[in-house]
Amino acid sequence: MTTANGQDLDALYQDIILDHYKNPHGKGLRDAHEAEVHHVNPTCGDEVTLRVHLEDGAAGRVVADVSYDALGCSISQASASVLYDLLVGKGVDEAMEIHQEFLTLMQGKGTVEPDEDVLEDGIAFAGVAKFPARVKCALLSWMAWKDATAQAIAGDGDKS
Amino acid sequence: MTLEGLLPELTVIRKDFPILERALAGGMPLVYLDSANTSQKPQVVIDTMVDHLERHNANIARAMHQLGAESTEAFEAARDKVAAFIGAPERDEVIFTKNASEALNLVANTLAWRGEHQVGEGDEIVITEMEHHSNIVPWQLLAERTGATLRWFGLTDDGQLDLSNAHELINERTAVVAFTWVSNMLGTINPVAELTRRAHAVGARVVVDASQAAPQLPIDLAAMPETDRPDAVAFTGHKVVGPTGIGVLWGRRAFLDGLPPFLGGGEMIETVRMEGSTYAGIPHKFEAGTPPIVEAIGLGAAVEYLSHVGMDAIHAHEQAITGYALEGLRTVTGLTVLGPLDAASRGGAISFELDGVHPHDIAQVLDSRGIAVRAGHHCAKPAHARFGVQSSTRMSSYLYTEPREIDALVEALEYTRSYFKLD
Repeated sequence: MTTANGQDLDALYQDIILDHYKNPHGKGLRDAHEAEVHHVNPTCGDEVTLRVHLEDGAAGRVVADVSYDALGCSISQASASVLYDLLVGKGVDEAMEIHQEFLTLMQGKGTVEPDEDVLEDGIAFAGVAKFPARVKCALLSWMAWKDATAQAIAGDGDKS
Repeated sequence: MTLEGLLPELTVIRKDFPILERALAGGMPLVYLDSANTSQKPQVVIDTMVDHLERHNANIARAMHQLGAESTEAFEAARDKVAAFIGAPERDEVIFTKNASEALNLVANTLAWRGEHQVGEGDEIVITEMEHHSNIVPWQLLAERTGATLRWFGLTDDGQLDLSNAHELINERTAVVAFTWVSNMLGTINPVAELTRRAHAVGARVVVDASQAAPQLPIDLAAMPETDRPDAVAFTGHKVVGPTGIGVLWGRRAFLDGLPPFLGGGEMIETVRMEGSTYAGIPHKFEAGTPPIVEAIGLGAAVEYLSHVGMDAIHAHEQAITGYALEGLRTVTGLTVLGPLDAASRGGAISFELDGVHPHDIAQVLDSRGIAVRAGHHCAKPAHARFGVQSSTRMSSYLYTEPREIDALVEALEYTRSYFKLD
């Protein structure tokens, strides 16, 4: 099945994405957090409320939890679920690197070969990068996470 | 497939629209069901615009040469055609804008400024919950700028205006009542004459957004009793098979004369001195600067084309297709239509939800089969919120839509359900 861009619909909707969409990981807002943001995609109305909870670890700040409530399409919902899997438990610096890796993949117009060791289930979004209209869907929660994390760090600068 | 009310020359009409011949990726024929978003263009509109640019191009009203005269004549002839299309009592009451949003903003802005109709504190502005954002935000801005209060009609569960509190909403404090003739999301056709009569009875001005009505309904303003005729009507060119970049504001002369100028500049003046200026009469008073000339001429060709087919026939065609679509959509498991379910009392835009699949995902799968629909909030977030949904999928037909395209949509929706494993 091809689309207006001559691409494969199945490349967009990989089973991994549909699985995360039907059974999202880490969904729901939890109390512990230092920052909460609300991001909206004004063109389609997709929205996410996302909280970040950071803790001190042996080697610096650690992403202790990312909790979220989101409304939107399968791509945006699955992306938030994958974000939860990839970033929770990581050091903030490493999480930022993963964020950058995902961003590079999504902005690569389908030319970037994803690194499964870094992005795990996130490699399923390689197909989304070929659909310009859907890239924003995939990035909604990731941009919200970066914003919230920056606010959480700025809010407790005395600890860092 | 024969369906009562279809345009008898549908095959010929489809040939007038070259884009309908297009194949999309994978050899899929185009099934264009997004005409409420923008309509496709007949060859005559394309040719008229090309011919003007190739042979007659010049600025209007200020060029003292043959081309200038031809261009001016074509531009003003387009105004005559638009005036005839809506049955304007006077051709000079037709103002060219860049789109419907600009037309609505023209009125909402100038109502804030000093003049006969100036809105102020204590005044009330009444809109409805089913408006397109372009008929909400300008009135919110007007209320903010003047201290007036913004109020609105709510909606009933079946997508009609809730008129139960109309007497309270439209009262002696009401300065402006603004509403859409046909909803772009729910398809509802609103009682323009009744609402206008009520508003006029309390001395309020009435502004109607006809962006979705002008393409589908025969409009004859001059035939309406003066009490029932709105004071201003706005619509856009690109939804009536014309080009983008051109819109129309029709206004009752007495109303427009009482509004101060909107944009200042060339063409809208009578004389300019450093101490101050005096202004041209309508329509030029509201057409500062070089207007979208070829777009206006294209719009003239567009409304002439529609009038030639006949707006009564186009309306009947829309009703037939809409009825057929409502029937087909009803067979899809888990599908809910938002808005009136009776084709006779609604326009040709049908928004719906499909349990378990987000509108973007529906639109994506449909696109893979060559079917173009719209997914999202359709610039009507409050109306979606009223029905407790964040977004919807919308199919919208026009004079070139065939029943087999509706069949393709229904089949593709079934495919979407199976693709997302909903059975």
